[in-house]
Amino acid sequence: MPRKIMDSESIKRALTRISHEILEKNKGIGEICIVGIRTRGAFLAERISQLIEQIEGEKVPVGILDITLYRDDLTLASSQPVVHETLIKFDISGKKLILVDDVLYTGRTIRAALDAITDFGRPAQIQLAVLIDRGHRELPIRADYVGKNIPTAANESVRVILQEADEAADEVIVKKVGANG
Amino acid sequence: MDKWSKHDLLDLQTLSAEEIEHVLETAKSFKEVSSREVKKVPALRGKTIVSLFFEPSTRTRGSFELAAKRLSADTINMSGSGSSLSKGETIVDMAKNIEAMNVDLIIVRHSVAGVPHKLAENLNASVVNAGDGCRSHPTQALLDMFTIKDKLGEIKGKKVVIVGDILHSRVARSNIVGLTKLGAEVTVCGPSTLIPIGIEQMGVKVSYDIDAVIPDQDVIMLLRLQKERQEEHYLSSIREYAKTFGFNANRLKMAKKDVLVMHPGPTNRGVELSGEVADGARSVILDQVTNGVAVRMAVLYLTLGTKDVSKEE
Amino acid sequence: MSLLITNAVIVNADKKNTKPQSIFIDKGKIQAIGSNTDVKATKTIDAKGKLVLPGLIDIHVHFREPGQEYKETIETGSQSAVKGGFTTVMCMPNTRPVIDNAMVVEGLLKEVNRVGLCNVIPIGSITRGQKDQELVDMFELKKAGCLALSDDGKSVVSSQLMRRALEYSKMVDILLIQHCEDPLISAGGAMNEGVTSTQLGIKADPYISESIIVSRDIELVHYLGGHVHFAHMSCRRSIELIRQAKKQGISVTAEACPHHFTLTDDEVRSFDTNTKMNPPLRTPDDVEAVKEGLKDGTIDLIVTDHAPHSKEDKEVDFENAPFGIIGLETSLALTNTELIRKNVLSWEEVVDKMSTRQAEIAGIKNKGVIKEGYDADITIVDPDEVWTVTVEDTASKSKNSPFFGRELVGRVKTTIYGGKVVFQDK
Repeated sequence: MPRKIMDSESIKRALTRISHEILEKNKGIGEICIVGIRTRGAFLAERISQLIEQIEGEKVPVGILDITLYRDDLTLASSQPVVHETLIKFDISGKKLILVDDVLYTGRTIRAALDAITDFGRPAQIQLAVLIDRGHRELPIRADYVGKNIPTAANESVRVILQEADEAADEVIVKKVGANG
Repeated sequence: MDKWSKHDLLDLQTLSAEEIEHVLETAKSFKEVSSREVKKVPALRGKTIVSLFFEPSTRTRGSFELAAKRLSADTINMSGSGSSLSKGETIVDMAKNIEAMNVDLIIVRHSVAGVPHKLAENLNASVVNAGDGCRSHPTQALLDMFTIKDKLGEIKGKKVVIVGDILHSRVARSNIVGLTKLGAEVTVCGPSTLIPIGIEQMGVKVSYDIDAVIPDQDVIMLLRLQKERQEEHYLSSIREYAKTFGFNANRLKMAKKDVLVMHPGPTNRGVELSGEVADGARSVILDQVTNGVAVRMAVLYLTLGTKDVSKEE
Repeated sequence: MSLLITNAVIVNADKKNTKPQSIFIDKGKIQAIGSNTDVKATKTIDAKGKLVLPGLIDIHVHFREPGQEYKETIETGSQSAVKGGFTTVMCMPNTRPVIDNAMVVEGLLKEVNRVGLCNVIPIGSITRGQKDQELVDMFELKKAGCLALSDDGKSVVSSQLMRRALEYSKMVDILLIQHCEDPLISAGGAMNEGVTSTQLGIKADPYISESIIVSRDIELVHYLGGHVHFAHMSCRRSIELIRQAKKQGISVTAEACPHHFTLTDDEVRSFDTNTKMNPPLRTPDDVEAVKEGLKDGTIDLIVTDHAPHSKEDKEVDFENAPFGIIGLETSLALTNTELIRKNVLSWEEVVDKMSTRQAEIAGIKNKGVIKEGYDADITIVDPDEVWTVTVEDTASKSKNSPFFGRELVGRVKTTIYGGKVVFQDK
């Protein structure tokens, strides 16, 4: 049975809290830029930037990062994953870069994203914001901002549904998958 | 499209319209990579790519090598006098020798049609055709289509005329196949001696009068004219060709204002097109070169990611 | 040693005997044909359910000896021939050296006798070294044993030289076989020029390179008399010209190959170099024309143009690959499958085109008919046996055939040459 972990209201509250935490930790929007990881991380990054704008009255630059070409599991796939464009139209060097993704799991996606970011420039700092941290890390990576920690089993999957991506109301669901899932 | 399933890129006949679109879409992302400060991604790290050119080429080979390097693949070049086909070594023999070096992908160019197909039949490595005889030059056609799409938004319904030596042109043949698949209306135009028999059956119109076709066209694609064609009696003189079919400022005036002028390079200025047109505002010749790298990155990335299921027992 | 074939349904060109008979063979000759089976013979063959044909003859094969024994020899070529039911073959002179003098002919005939599996008659060249410059010594070659002359592999291009060859051959009384191809028009083309070659971007040879030489030689015979036999006709236009010439009483004859009535240039799309031959595979319309020509007698003979090439020779790119395919072992089965079973030709007509008329045109004595007093060259065929062409089952030294994997109907069961069984199918 799928378990509903968050609904649209709780997602909104979590993102609002993360936005406040970002501002607090970085003492305002100063040198901040936000980069979301395709697909859902990009939409969350956009939402966070809007929330920050509502709070501070000023825009922060937002970019989209496609990490397909940096994945370490390319040789395992039977067919190449679809590549999308990376859209970072500002200089990230010297910036405090807030990397945004939906779910933090093994840490491999973040590892790939860190490599990709390094190819774009040298930020002063990279911080990580995720909506869900489900544990089971395989790399020494941790998030600076977490919407919700969810203890999960390895045979469960966490699905974040966002209006922009899925044309359905926001929610987070945990469900069991096959033994190899 | 479910999944990219092509292990080789031998021609555009074997790609569906959807697959062609997928390559063009993928190439868009790679164009972005080429515009970065650090123009390199690790996607093909650890892969070995051999370029095997039995015909001289600087541009295509360079473009492929750049593409491979930007994807972090290791590349070696077995071209030129070092390659031994037609000196007693059979194609199969050579293929097996290359295979034995644990190569992942071979980029091949040969003066005779079908050689990449024969290599592909005998190899587990992917084979990408960089031009075979007068038959096929799929990556050139893909980059041409990418350029048209990039500049005009779409290909469907666009009118394209290919001008010049159609008979000997693999660029023309591949573009005819690709463009008609994506719904363009293609006309070929050139001296009657250089328009091959039955070309209409490839879905194109034929014209011998460039002035009559220019006004309608969205794209004018000029082909390189080899000087040997005069000695082979296809032409009375290069001068007559330049006058009758050469694309110059006067002819450009007859064309649509936003027409694209394309050429696969290297250009014979003053023969198939005048210098002022080549350097002018409607020329996208340099865009073609830029896009070539992105398209070839996409092709290498896609074909290398696909296991050759047919050859697995 | 004597031989008795019982229950023989004999097919001669003029008639198929529906009533089974016995054939008694002794001293290399057919001694008696009749209903009597009481004759004492060393060996008896029961031909029940089979057809008994005069030994097949092919006046157009390439055995590559001397010079290219790695492709085929008199020995392996003979093995291939008898497996295909052939008891007499004439081998083309484009060997190394060219068969253009008595010494080469004598050397070859010595080897033919040593092998002894079938009758191999050398064809001499028309021009010395096949160089299209001077005529060979025709009297000498005839005396040495040649029944025909040809520059096969290429045409006698010079019209003047062909004129002289024709005039001289009339006096010598020797057959001229013309390979029809104007090289300035074929210009190194590797396949038929047409829609397919346009799509494939392969250098192409238009059919007119053939019909232009056919037309020229018809004019020469028309003017000078004599006789020209046209090798491997492949296109509609050539066949039309020959049909018209024959109607006008001009003395020309013609032959066609199984691949030209079976395959079209569409096969080249595979880039398989075993679809490359000269003349090339042509269009479906040309295939139709070849069949029509065979049916109405415009084309006199079915020949194989058996052209062995090694694996190494053929495993190169399409344009650089040599022309030609082997054909002796598939010829009769293809003819049966494509022509007899599709009601284009009858068995009698096939016997005519694959034996009787071959002997007539080349002037081979005492062969081509199952008749008392004739040489005991006999081919016994199961007309209904279905088999698949395979590399393993091929006797020729070379395996260059586009027909591997193809299912054919009709199989040679026994081949008898000079009263001896030289091939027996398992």
